[in-house]
Amino acid sequence: MSFIDFLLQHSPALIVAIPLLGAFLTPLISKINNRVRNVFVILIILITTILVMLLASDVFSGNIHTYVFGSQDLTVPLVRILFEVDAMSAFMAIIGSILLLVSVIYSWSFIDENSGLDKYYTLVLLLAAGMFGMMLTGDMFNFFVFLEITSIASCALIAFWTNKGKAVEAAFKYIVISSLAALFILFSIALLYGQYNALNIAVLGSVIQFSYLDKIALVLLIAALAMKAGIVPMHMWLPDAYGRAPASVTIILIGATQASLYGVFRVCFTLYGNTINLSSASIGWIIVLLGLITMLIGVAMALIQSDFKRLIAFSAVAEIGFIFLGIGTGLTLFANNQMFGLIGTTAMSGGIFHIINDSLDVGLLFLVAGAVYYATKETSLDKMGGLARHMKYTTIFFIIGLLAISGIPPMNGFASKLLIYESTFQLNPILSIVAILSSIMLLAVFVKVFHSAFLGPALPKFNGVKEVPKTMLFAMGIIASIIIIFGLFPDLVINNIVDPAVNALINYSDYIREVIPTFTGGF
Amino acid sequence: MAIFESLLNTFETGSGFWNPIVWLVTILIIFLIIYILRGFGNKNYKINTEQVKPFLSGNPEYDKEKMHIKGSNIYWGFTESLKWIFDNLNKMHTGNTSDYILWFVVIISILFLVVGLI
Repeated sequence: MSFIDFLLQHSPALIVAIPLLGAFLTPLISKINNRVRNVFVILIILITTILVMLLASDVFSGNIHTYVFGSQDLTVPLVRILFEVDAMSAFMAIIGSILLLVSVIYSWSFIDENSGLDKYYTLVLLLAAGMFGMMLTGDMFNFFVFLEITSIASCALIAFWTNKGKAVEAAFKYIVISSLAALFILFSIALLYGQYNALNIAVLGSVIQFSYLDKIALVLLIAALAMKAGIVPMHMWLPDAYGRAPASVTIILIGATQASLYGVFRVCFTLYGNTINLSSASIGWIIVLLGLITMLIGVAMALIQSDFKRLIAFSAVAEIGFIFLGIGTGLTLFANNQMFGLIGTTAMSGGIFHIINDSLDVGLLFLVAGAVYYATKETSLDKMGGLARHMKYTTIFFIIGLLAISGIPPMNGFASKLLIYESTFQLNPILSIVAILSSIMLLAVFVKVFHSAFLGPALPKFNGVKEVPKTMLFAMGIIASIIIIFGLFPDLVINNIVDPAVNALINYSDYIREVIPTFTGGF
Repeated sequence: MAIFESLLNTFETGSGFWNPIVWLVTILIIFLIIYILRGFGNKNYKINTEQVKPFLSGNPEYDKEKMHIKGSNIYWGFTESLKWIFDNLNKMHTGNTSDYILWFVVIISILFLVVGLI
């Protein structure tokens, strides 16, 4: 076995273990000096990213990876935890790794003047371990544990600027909401365990009956995970948390939010995949309606914000609505093979593609907001103006983010939104009209920001403002480059990473069969 | 070469398509049209002269800070005419954690009703 094969075989465990070990080592490394600590953290995330890419390249070629912790003897019940990585998990892990890598590079200068950075980086790595764990695990209870790790680390990071009272308040709200969601998830896991004596997602998926208790568990899981994903009207914690956390933290929080979104899809398509045909249209329509409300309320609230980060946070809420609209459309047609083949798969491709696009676009805009704060110490749009004269590169990155989030070619948001518009139009034209209206309003929102922050005469109070340090520009440059590449060549992305992820969700029987080879359900 | 060719593949969505080369050609044509239109512009314009000063109906120019339209004032007409919507939306966002949980309970109830009736 070559070294690469060895890494590939153990990569599901290493992707979680390396950041976790790194988190515990960071306070010790900090004792040497700050530069060594920063290099160490970047190295840890870089190694994790390489492992994610290695694993993803193998998974996208059609292999599902399972990794067993504990007893290998399948006849011994409950003495093991299973990680199961299919294309959907790998897709999510790619998003998480890109956001983390960009965040730690950006943090080098952005957070440099703060104290308590050993704790900051420890929490970032803990958050990374939790987030990857949620994406890679094949066990419901394990999912809950990683969700808790993610929530606790996120909460502490949101409150990192403790000198600002509102950051602490936002963190408090976040932990209340997260604890409540986790409690309901744990309760639904208990309902499933009580009936089927199993915690493994594949095992549960193979035996689930859609009994009365299963329905209760489904409702609780969807509601709790949707709240963690920021779906309207359960989104209100999100602008508080995103708006008050440092920009370098907000970009990782996007990944954590997407991990909860992944949880919704895993529950609907894999855990309940075998029985979802019974109610896919109803659940699909609920998800579509939640998506529509999320888009409209998110963008309407963004329009009236005057705080830069809070405005982007509401736009992020609206973007999650697009993802829900695409996936919901697919789920609505799940039971109808012919219609699903014609429209559903396109809608799901759009929805899944939009997960990565949303993360990159919103992530870049948050980094720009962080750069503006770093240079001016201002977050209020009413107090800004003429910054393009002092921050040329940041302005260019903002324009790229603006075009991308509004779905304007040649940026990445265009391709995924086009797929969503077309497929939803065929289901019901009103859906695509609302989606296009929301996109236009998003453009209006960011044109407002562009005018109020970057255009206009040079304000005397910003005479001393300079461009941000190179590491911050480099971090923004990474995301901007990916946005442009994805935008110019969407076919390449869809064929190689989006379609395998969509197929992994649709063909849930492959996921189950990897653990239970005798399973005969599914397509 | 094969990778390069795959990059230029046309992305088909069913009714629409996207191709980077088509986009590039379109953008070049648009820039060409802009350049031609620019050629019809006033050739007497001179930078750093009285011509560049803004004309405010004969009124004096305000300070730089006062001239810039602030973020809250942009789309004032739109937000003012839809004030009832925005007021209600603002009322919904109380910032109170108890209300956040209340919305969670509302959504759970709706989901229970829909899934329970199947």
